[in-house]
Amino acid sequence: MAENKSKTVLNRGSVQKIRELGLLGFIVILSVFIQCRNPSFLTAENLNDLITNTAILSLLSVGMMMVIITRGIDLSIGATLALSGMITAMTVRSHPALSPFLALLLGTTIGLLCGIVIGFLVAKTSILPIIATLGMMNVFRGMTFLISGGRWVSAHQMSSSFKHIATGSIFGVNHLILIAIITYLIFYYFINHTRTGRKIYAVGSNPQSARISGINVDRTLWLVYAIMGALTGLSGVLWVSKFASAQSNTAMGYEMNVIAACVVGGVSIAGGTGKVSGLLSGVLLLGILNNALPLLNVSPFWQDAIQGGIILLAVIVGALVRRNTDKKNLIGREE
Amino acid sequence: MSSVNIQTEKKFSLQTFFFQWEWLLLLIFVMINIINAHLSPYYLNTFTLLDATMGFLDKAFIALPMAFVIIFGDIDISVGSTVALSSVVMAVLYNAGVPMYLAMLACLSVGLICGFINGILIVKFKELSAIIVTLSTMILYRGIAYIILENQAAGGFPQWFSFLGWGYIKGIPFILALFAVTALVFAFLLHKTTFGRKVYAIGNNAVASRFSGVKVDKMKVIVFTLTGFMTAVASLFLTSKMGSTRPNIASGYELDAIAMVVLGGVSTSGGKGRMIGVILSIFIVGLLRYGLGLINVSSQIVLIIIGLLLIVSVMISSLNIRMGKSKE
Repeated sequence: MAENKSKTVLNRGSVQKIRELGLLGFIVILSVFIQCRNPSFLTAENLNDLITNTAILSLLSVGMMMVIITRGIDLSIGATLALSGMITAMTVRSHPALSPFLALLLGTTIGLLCGIVIGFLVAKTSILPIIATLGMMNVFRGMTFLISGGRWVSAHQMSSSFKHIATGSIFGVNHLILIAIITYLIFYYFINHTRTGRKIYAVGSNPQSARISGINVDRTLWLVYAIMGALTGLSGVLWVSKFASAQSNTAMGYEMNVIAACVVGGVSIAGGTGKVSGLLSGVLLLGILNNALPLLNVSPFWQDAIQGGIILLAVIVGALVRRNTDKKNLIGREE
Repeated sequence: MSSVNIQTEKKFSLQTFFFQWEWLLLLIFVMINIINAHLSPYYLNTFTLLDATMGFLDKAFIALPMAFVIIFGDIDISVGSTVALSSVVMAVLYNAGVPMYLAMLACLSVGLICGFINGILIVKFKELSAIIVTLSTMILYRGIAYIILENQAAGGFPQWFSFLGWGYIKGIPFILALFAVTALVFAFLLHKTTFGRKVYAIGNNAVASRFSGVKVDKMKVIVFTLTGFMTAVASLFLTSKMGSTRPNIASGYELDAIAMVVLGGVSTSGGKGRMIGVILSIFIVGLLRYGLGLINVSSQIVLIIIGLLLIVSVMISSLNIRMGKSKE
């Protein structure tokens, strides 16, 4: 009996491992293929570009992973990102001497506030996450239009120290990459080694039993959406600084890319499953696709379809792998 | 034993809740009309009102089948992309010399196929959930539209094609007449046929309905295919209204359609909702937009208002359920 149990646990762990290895294998094959077609792919310079361009996506994905683990989803992040980016850019426009650190703090705070509102709706009023975030998406996007009056904040209106946030580097490593690495270290520790982090999984796997075993489900949900908001606010500042322009329609639809990265990275929409390591490979795959398609001279008009096709393929293969191991699991139990 | 009790409790409070919900919608509907009439002297005029319906009814054709999907407890976010793809295919075929009616037929078939693919994938890969499947196909369908037409516009349709979007039959806009008929058919389908009862049954408990002999998979494929087809109908109207098409049309339609359905009292957790609520909320959202447009409220504020309306309406409905529970 005890042996059987440990076998099942082992198998379940190996499902994720097989999945992750499969994804990594796919990434390696893809990279080799791209490298054969265009040798400039695996150069230090291009890899640096690739990771820099993927940094913002990776930040948002960590937050989204936690949201999805709790069986939720956040469709409002594109709008939150635009709102915090716009307010920060307008503040920088009127106060050019604002220190970059304060700008980052301002954006993060705005994002945090947005996240707290959504967290309240989801945790306290039992509105489904998809509806709450859909509604707030409209509200935040409308607010961005209102505040900016539909006008852009463009590069020449931003101080160089602000633009330096995303373009500068320490020891040759871009700030964006550094921020992403620090965030991942923090959240890796938070999700895997703190009590609050483990509660997120408990809430996602089974909200009822989590509640019965004394976990404050509402507070955990609220926290998760607040973190998502804060990360989105931070990303908003980085986005505006990177592209040196803030527009009302910044990052429209970007939430879909983030959700796609999570899903490809093995985060299950049913809740309770998802690991930082898997997420990283999902983010990496999307980053490589974005970076490599232009290198392969693929027409930009083909990129969406290819991306959509690969996401579909990845989730279907993932589902098949899981099904197969589940079947083996059952046979093992019968014996 | 206790779980049985909870079930009956739920059912009782739900009935009262639906009773209140549609009245509330009607109240909002009347209020919006009164406010609109107050704000603009040109509003309360049959001609204006009929004209106004032309502006928003194309989305309504998506909202009707979307109600079925949401009653299942599923969701379809690929509809905006399906509109774009079917419209682009129609325009390209027509410009290649295919007769217009055949091109329109192709448009409808593309919608049908898109919906069918969604349905098959959702049924064959149950662990993926409809959100993920339609999220992927949303990117995919829009991507194919971009491959076909790149960043260009295509149009030059024959004169009679604009009749769909702008024409009148005996003083009534064609789109309104067709919508009335379609809405009646959908209401009949949902409330008066075994098909509709099965939709509710699946939404309430898919496993139990399978054991009681409902072909859950077949039903889902049918409903998603129907959604694809109706989306293509919406695409015909939208294209006719605009006179030309681009791969980026109808972005955000999925959200509008979902908002209309949810505001109409259909719960996203499945199994609850009625057609009359959906139809009322279609007109509420549409006339609200139109009225605010009349008094020059910028579309950004309209965005905020509709977002808040969505949240407040769901909040009230969940409060109602809670109060119903605490009373007992």
